Amino acid sequence: MSRRIHLAAHFPGVNNTTVWTDPTAGSQIDFSSFEYFARNAERGLFDYLFLAEGLRLREHRGRIHDLDVLGRPNTLAILAALAAVTENIGLVGTLSTTFNEPYELARQLATLDHLSNGRAGWNAVTSSDAFHGANFRRGGFLDHGDRYRRAAEFAELSKRLWASWRDDAILADADTGEFLRRDAIEQVAHRSDLFDIDARFDVPRSPQHRPLIVQAGDSADGRDFATAHADVIFSLHTEFEDAQEFYRDVKGRLAAVGRQEDDLKILPAASFVLGDTLEEARERSREIALAQVRPETAITYLEQVWNRDFSGYDPDGPLPDVEPDTGAESAQGFANRHAAVRSRIAKLREVAEAEKLSIRDLIIRLTANHTFVGTPDQVAADIDRYVQERATDGFTVVGHLTPHGLDEFTDRVIPLLQERGTYRTSYEEGATLRETLGVAGQPVAVEA
Amino acid sequence: MTEKVHIAVALDGAGWHPAAWREPTARPTELTTAGYWRDLVRAADDAGVVFATIEDALTLEGRTAEADAGIRRDRVRGRLDALLVASFLAPLTRRIGLIPTVTTTHPEPFHLATGLQTLDHASLGRAGARIVAGSSPQERANFGRRGDGPVGFPASGHVEDDPAWQAAFREAGEVVDAIRRLADSWEDDAIIRDVESGRFLDRERVHNADFEGEFFSITGASIVPRSPQGQPLITALAHQSIPHRFAAEHADVVFITPGGAEEAAVIVAEVEQAAAEVRDEPERLRVFADLLVLIEATEAAAVEAWDRLEERAPIATDAHIAIGTAATIIDEIRTLAAAGVDGIRLRPARLPADLTAITEQVIPVARAAGILHDDDASPTLRQRLGLPLRSSRFAAQEVSA
Ligand SMILES: Cc1cc2nc3c(=O)[nH]c(=O)nc-3n(C[C@H](O)[C@H](O)[C@H](O)COP(=O)(O)O)c2cc1C
Repeated sequence: MSRRIHLAAHFPGVNNTTVWTDPTAGSQIDFSSFEYFARNAERGLFDYLFLAEGLRLREHRGRIHDLDVLGRPNTLAILAALAAVTENIGLVGTLSTTFNEPYELARQLATLDHLSNGRAGWNAVTSSDAFHGANFRRGGFLDHGDRYRRAAEFAELSKRLWASWRDDAILADADTGEFLRRDAIEQVAHRSDLFDIDARFDVPRSPQHRPLIVQAGDSADGRDFATAHADVIFSLHTEFEDAQEFYRDVKGRLAAVGRQEDDLKILPAASFVLGDTLEEARERSREIALAQVRPETAITYLEQVWNRDFSGYDPDGPLPDVEPDTGAESAQGFANRHAAVRSRIAKLREVAEAEKLSIRDLIIRLTANHTFVGTPDQVAADIDRYVQERATDGFTVVGHLTPHGLDEFTDRVIPLLQERGTYRTSYEEGATLRETLGVAGQPVAVEA
Repeated sequence: MTEKVHIAVALDGAGWHPAAWREPTARPTELTTAGYWRDLVRAADDAGVVFATIEDALTLEGRTAEADAGIRRDRVRGRLDALLVASFLAPLTRRIGLIPTVTTTHPEPFHLATGLQTLDHASLGRAGARIVAGSSPQERANFGRRGDGPVGFPASGHVEDDPAWQAAFREAGEVVDAIRRLADSWEDDAIIRDVESGRFLDRERVHNADFEGEFFSITGASIVPRSPQGQPLITALAHQSIPHRFAAEHADVVFITPGGAEEAAVIVAEVEQAAAEVRDEPERLRVFADLLVLIEATEAAAVEAWDRLEERAPIATDAHIAIGTAATIIDEIRTLAAAGVDGIRLRPARLPADLTAITEQVIPVARAAGILHDDDASPTLRQRLGLPLRSSRFAAQEVSA
């Protein structure tokens, strides 16, 4: 039997993927944009809407980075508002385990689950550094290993809090005056060097019992965390063989913790460009890439790697033949800028030389390489192949425009996936997000 | 001439009376559902209620002073996060201000600030916050982050006699400062989308909060661009002189709990005195008197309903209680208006019953009698209350520079 495709709709955010110079680009902050995007995603029967999160404005050379879309809503608040204008689609937000506290975040997610009638999800990220930490009471004091330890304890505690109310805790018997059943709520205590908690949860069990948990992070620690706690992995592995390898690795870890292959879905980020012919799609892809990586964006990217002023360089020329400044950090708040600078520069040179790429084309190659480019038929067939051949369980689709970025995908690709019989033709009425995704419906057993 | 006032409502669980959930009109198994809150707040919105506050607490037993709170089986237990309930209600309502209760001791001020800004965006300018200072030992155990804080109310009954409470109010003041600074961090027109130069925003018009306090610091600007009201409406409930001073210094609206009209006049004078001494805010502090109400078609029916509730669970409340018909409540409102308050926050004893009576009887009759401010169709909560929209302090600096 063919395997079902699952799709998440990523509201485009704060990075150069989002083309704001396009005349049809709308606001990235007005609620009407979010409402439009959510309604379209629901029209396309996406499993869930997905939001990334960044907790500080990015900086370039000590000043706010001003070339990309900047500014976004508070993740939980916007998802709660979207719960009011949608019926079936899941609502998944990225929320840090480093800059939140378990009691509070668990109650917020349980609240979102109640308000959405079982559609809440949490992309649990650990991302933290002193730059982001400077906005919080809890500063940036945890190293990588401890961040994942905190994340694991955080997830474990959240699950215990969510499980701490009995299903039938609320009796509300007006005659006897008994609102709450005796022993309805379990005490949740946890003491470690990271947490010292002795809590009684204050939100009744929510429709999903346990909101969906998504993980985004690639390290061995990250994969272990996903194996233990997540229902979905949001990965960056989109190249076919690499995706298959990632799929095998992660799914292979599940048996050891008593989980099935389908209990953990893998939905990598994917972009797409459509055309009536392959040629037209490629042309559009090139145009979009040029809008995503404008000359100043390309130069800025290099400046972040080299930590030098490259304003005098020609973006259509070759890479600068100079050494990096390895002094103070120049770029702040950007993802994936942690690799050792020199080895990264060596890699960049290698790619640029092998393919004879200018600065701008190199940066396009790195940041605007669209995952699926072709006719709707070709894109549908490609997506289907990834799923049938166990490279992914589907994709987290991100468009390049706000808020219309997924309209074309919904109109032209979804129907073809449906024709192939591998994508739903309607939501199951009243299904929770976990049911929509087909991940284990009951809470994982939690020890007291 | 009658003084005109605004009518607001305060929403909590099944109502403010601890036995309210046992009334036949109550919906005790729906208190954490979307439908319950949608119905309540839409009714208030349609009736022209100026704002609704939504209670919250970070413990199972809430903020009750009852000695045996624990897990009492005869009380409503279980609630939703108020800021998220308000956010959910934003797209479902048109005019009503949405004011969730927020606690200042545990949550990250940065998250509170961006959450309130987002509520303001989603509601197109109707966001506020009711600030609650301090924490209980149970809250601290739930969070496990810090051990310091008030243990209970001091024996004198005055929070100003307890250094832990004094500190809690100083911290709450910092949280409000941080919320306001972050709200100001993007000037109105910071987003320029200048295709020519390739700049999405003018970074000269986005400012780091650079907040350094006794309790925490916040370096960066908000991640949320400036919202329709500029700043959310800051409100606080105050019974005593430290809270009065706190409200005078930091709030836009203070809720007071006079026993009657005479006391209301005294408190208004005290609050105005405090404001004269400590207030930084550009606008006069607005004063709303709280009134707990139970409304029936006849006085006798109201008294009977009240007695029934009291027999089941006697109420302990800070607010003045008005029991009677819509006319009784309107008389109370009129008297409080004459005492110089700007508005009345009605606390329905029973939900939805007393809210229904407020929206269907009290408000239409009071409006017809000319006691209420006319709805001038102002789009934002601040404007409805006669407060101007706030411009960013940073924009003001540039102009004066
Ligand atoms: C695809 C992907 C998306 C991510 N999105 C976010 C995000 O929106 N916000 C955030 O703070 N961190 C985000 N992260 C960071 C990760 O959660 C994680 O903290 C970081 O990658 C370090 O973990 P690792 O070493 O396991 O990769 C993302 C990571 C990946 C791989």
